[in-house]
Amino acid sequence: MSGKSSQRRLSVVATALFSALALMPAQAQTVKIGIINSYSGFVAQAADEMQKGIDLYVKLHEKDLPAGVKVELIKRDDTSNPEVGKRLAQELITRDKVQALMGVILSPVAAAVAPLTAEAKVPLVLTNAAGVQLTRLSPYIVRTSFTLWQECDPIGKWAAEQGWKTAYTEVSDFIPGHDSEGAFIKGFTDGGGKIIDSVRFPMQNPDFVPFVQRVKDAKPDVALLWVPAQTQATAMMNAVRDLGLREAGIHIVSAQDLLPDEELPKMGDTPLGLITAGNYSTAARRPANQAFLAAWAKEYGDQSIPDFFSVDGWDGMAALFDLIKETKGNFTADQAMEFLSHWKNPDSPRGPIEIDPNTRDIVQNIYIREVKKIDGKLANIEIATIPMVKDPWKELNPPK
Amino acid sequence: MIEAIVSIGFHGLAFAMVLYLISVGLSVTMGLMGFVNLAHGVFAMLGGYVVARLMNRYGVPFALALPAAAIASGLFSIPLERVLYRRFYGGEELDQVLLTMGLIFMSVAGATYVWGPLTQHMEPPAWLSGEVDLGFRSFPAYRSFLIVCGAVLVTGLWLGLERTRFGAQIRAAVDNLRMAQSVGINTSRLFMLTFALGSGLAGLGGALGADLLAISPSYAMQYLVYFIIVVAVGGLGSIRGPFVAALLIGVADTGFKYLLPGLGAFFIYALTMVLLLWRPQGLFGRA
Amino acid sequence: MASDPRSAAIDAFARRHRYHGLEAVPWLIAVAGYFALPGYLPLGAQIFATILFVLSADLVLGYAGIVTLGQAAFFGTGAYTAGILAANGWGEPLSGLLAASAVAAVVGFLSGLIILRTSGLALLMQTLVVATTLYEAANKAGRWTGGDDGLSGMEVWPIFGLFRFDMFGRVAYFYCLVVLFVGWLVARQLVHSPFGRSLTGARENTARMHAIGAPVAFRRLIVYTISAALAGASGALIAQTTSFVGLTSLSLERSGNALIMLIIGGVGRLYGAFIGVPLFMIAQDRFSEVDPVYWYFWLGLLMVAVVVFARGGVLGLFERFWR
Repeated sequence: MSGKSSQRRLSVVATALFSALALMPAQAQTVKIGIINSYSGFVAQAADEMQKGIDLYVKLHEKDLPAGVKVELIKRDDTSNPEVGKRLAQELITRDKVQALMGVILSPVAAAVAPLTAEAKVPLVLTNAAGVQLTRLSPYIVRTSFTLWQECDPIGKWAAEQGWKTAYTEVSDFIPGHDSEGAFIKGFTDGGGKIIDSVRFPMQNPDFVPFVQRVKDAKPDVALLWVPAQTQATAMMNAVRDLGLREAGIHIVSAQDLLPDEELPKMGDTPLGLITAGNYSTAARRPANQAFLAAWAKEYGDQSIPDFFSVDGWDGMAALFDLIKETKGNFTADQAMEFLSHWKNPDSPRGPIEIDPNTRDIVQNIYIREVKKIDGKLANIEIATIPMVKDPWKELNPPK
Repeated sequence: MIEAIVSIGFHGLAFAMVLYLISVGLSVTMGLMGFVNLAHGVFAMLGGYVVARLMNRYGVPFALALPAAAIASGLFSIPLERVLYRRFYGGEELDQVLLTMGLIFMSVAGATYVWGPLTQHMEPPAWLSGEVDLGFRSFPAYRSFLIVCGAVLVTGLWLGLERTRFGAQIRAAVDNLRMAQSVGINTSRLFMLTFALGSGLAGLGGALGADLLAISPSYAMQYLVYFIIVVAVGGLGSIRGPFVAALLIGVADTGFKYLLPGLGAFFIYALTMVLLLWRPQGLFGRA
Repeated sequence: MASDPRSAAIDAFARRHRYHGLEAVPWLIAVAGYFALPGYLPLGAQIFATILFVLSADLVLGYAGIVTLGQAAFFGTGAYTAGILAANGWGEPLSGLLAASAVAAVVGFLSGLIILRTSGLALLMQTLVVATTLYEAANKAGRWTGGDDGLSGMEVWPIFGLFRFDMFGRVAYFYCLVVLFVGWLVARQLVHSPFGRSLTGARENTARMHAIGAPVAFRRLIVYTISAALAGASGALIAQTTSFVGLTSLSLERSGNALIMLIIGGVGRLYGAFIGVPLFMIAQDRFSEVDPVYWYFWLGLLMVAVVVFARGGVLGLFERFWR
């Protein structure tokens, strides 16, 4: 056989083969995603809200996936312990061979897992852990939740804009508290205000009266009171009520942690008029939220109330789903990070959100909300919007 | 300045009363039965839940819900005592610690299952809200009520212990169990009744203090350290001891946190350690 | 050969310290595990480190009779020592391990010196106070410990320059296993030595021990210190194999969990930790996320059941059936 004709035969065969392959139905592809969550432990409530948000998204959008592509979620409980979280990440990566990790409530757990994402090259979508440094710990981390700097810096500025001249900050003595304090001080002083004093109180504390008394003594125009949610928030509000802080003319601001949406109905009338900064309130009127709330009620019943944990989880899943749709479930970690770093969702229940490619952290509207009574129930009503806020801490502290 | 001190003193006193009400039962039963009951907070929690649910769900008035909470806790303790606790009186401390730790875990799960994971809301009744004007200044009515309740109950307990036969029996049994048995005191029944009383008081304390010590499923774990400190510092088997200890913890802790909030976490532990080193049996315990 | 019961009993007692064939079993299982379950090596490594921790608790609890809710104080001290060293330029694991153990021993010795003069509830409180104070101090000393966020940035060097801690947990597995083995040898020697025997005596009848002139207080302090050293080593193991130290290393929950694992396995029998820890950790791994509420309930129920019915834990049940 002469060279040319054998070559031609070869190319005919090759073309035939390629066509046959192209016309074959796509192979069934299951994308495994590992969810590391703190199902047991003190933050179980938050974990539950987050998981519900993730599950709801999957349920509603499974049909949007390309043909033959499925998503499998593998849930693991880190029991609020960083070393367990690290081990789970190892197992998910080496044993279950997940293509992506998501979740993580607690910042220390995220910090423990971070180096692994770089070593194994597996993307991690953080849907809660709010430590400012986390996205810098590995190039494979992206965050869809928030940082406390993102919330408290705007509210500091906003407070100064209200004409309030003096402020007193009181926060829980651990890193999220420190972040709230630092951010508020920056925002408030940038706006021309003056900080009278900053107090950090012990993490575990049953009675907040001694600390609130200090605020009352100092008579600031506004006080930043930050505690982690649940029992401490209730105790703080009780001290505020007992000492008549508001009757004394002191305005109170905080981050959304103080008044999570599912706790609000149980706090009586004390929180009325309180102002917090947050990324999500169930009272928001935008259509995407109405649809979200309707789907939530249908799936989880009327008594169940979503909160920012749920929406942060929902959006994290949305990001991954968009990635899967774009790549048909086939992606390397670098491709994933390229996509996720530029991801936008103009229509999230919390409004428009996007990821900043420089920091891989979330950029979102921060809402100033006031607690008002609507239809006999308390709700966080958005009274001001600071659009598309990037994490201020990273802007102020560029990487070395 | 004076204003602040008065305020701190007042609120600290109210906090101390709540701690006392909850812990006095623990002190007596520990001194009487030699039983380290870490799960004591469960009875306080139960009292809190009962009063919160009766008021919020069923609109029962406060004056009725309160005794109901105490009675519920007291009754609930009886089967526990008969079936479980009794086997370990005067026994190995480790067993008691582990048994009651297990009960705490079950209480956390149980409370979450029955009442959900969120904190219970407690609104004081209208006739106790607002402020009480004493002329020179006004005080929050509810906390004043707490202080009054505490004072009344301390007096009542003391009188009960000193003046009634039942009280005499308790005192005898705490002093010398064998001797008490040999003069014919039915110690088994005594234990049961004392335990029920102590748990009922805890339930009352939990209900009254629901405003201060928020009612949530992890109640028994969260506040365990406070109850144990009050009892350890006060001394087992006494009703004066926990009173003084609760005052120390409640008022001094509050005061310290007011003056040096950043170090507030260390005070109560430093105080406990010093006091226990000086008097390991507690301020009013028997050596 | 004398065959009456009394000589037999004396013989048995004299031979107790000798190594029994059965004692090789856990180690053989551990080595086999490496080959049989390659996907579970990180879990295995953490189980070994935790066994060491619970073993240390058994020494104070089961042998010296000191009921403590503060064993995590030593675990955390060891973890932070190893962590701070590795995060600040000295990542050599073996020396870090020894340093961690030593620092924990010092903390154990000093705290024991102060608090071991009490007993009962007061002692329990004091152990709690020590652990809680360290916890709060670690939170405050954010510059060194990372505070609530935890200590990251640890660079742990390969062991002997050859064995790097890998993602699959292979090196971690054997590292923890070998350290556990050494710790176990120490504990075993201690327990079967005359010193160890005197501890049992002190636990069961202090008055008589005083009467025969045995220095009870001093011996309790020594055991407390050794136990702290072992706990510190286990903390360093976790720190080095995960390259992270969190505040949970010092938490009350950690101390409490150690007690739970110990009682499930059986207190004061040296091997209780070897049974209780894997049972607890594997159960927690499998069941805690299935229904976290129920997990706490069943765990509590199990604890109550063990204390009421199976007072020696699993090993106690074995002993009963063996006879």
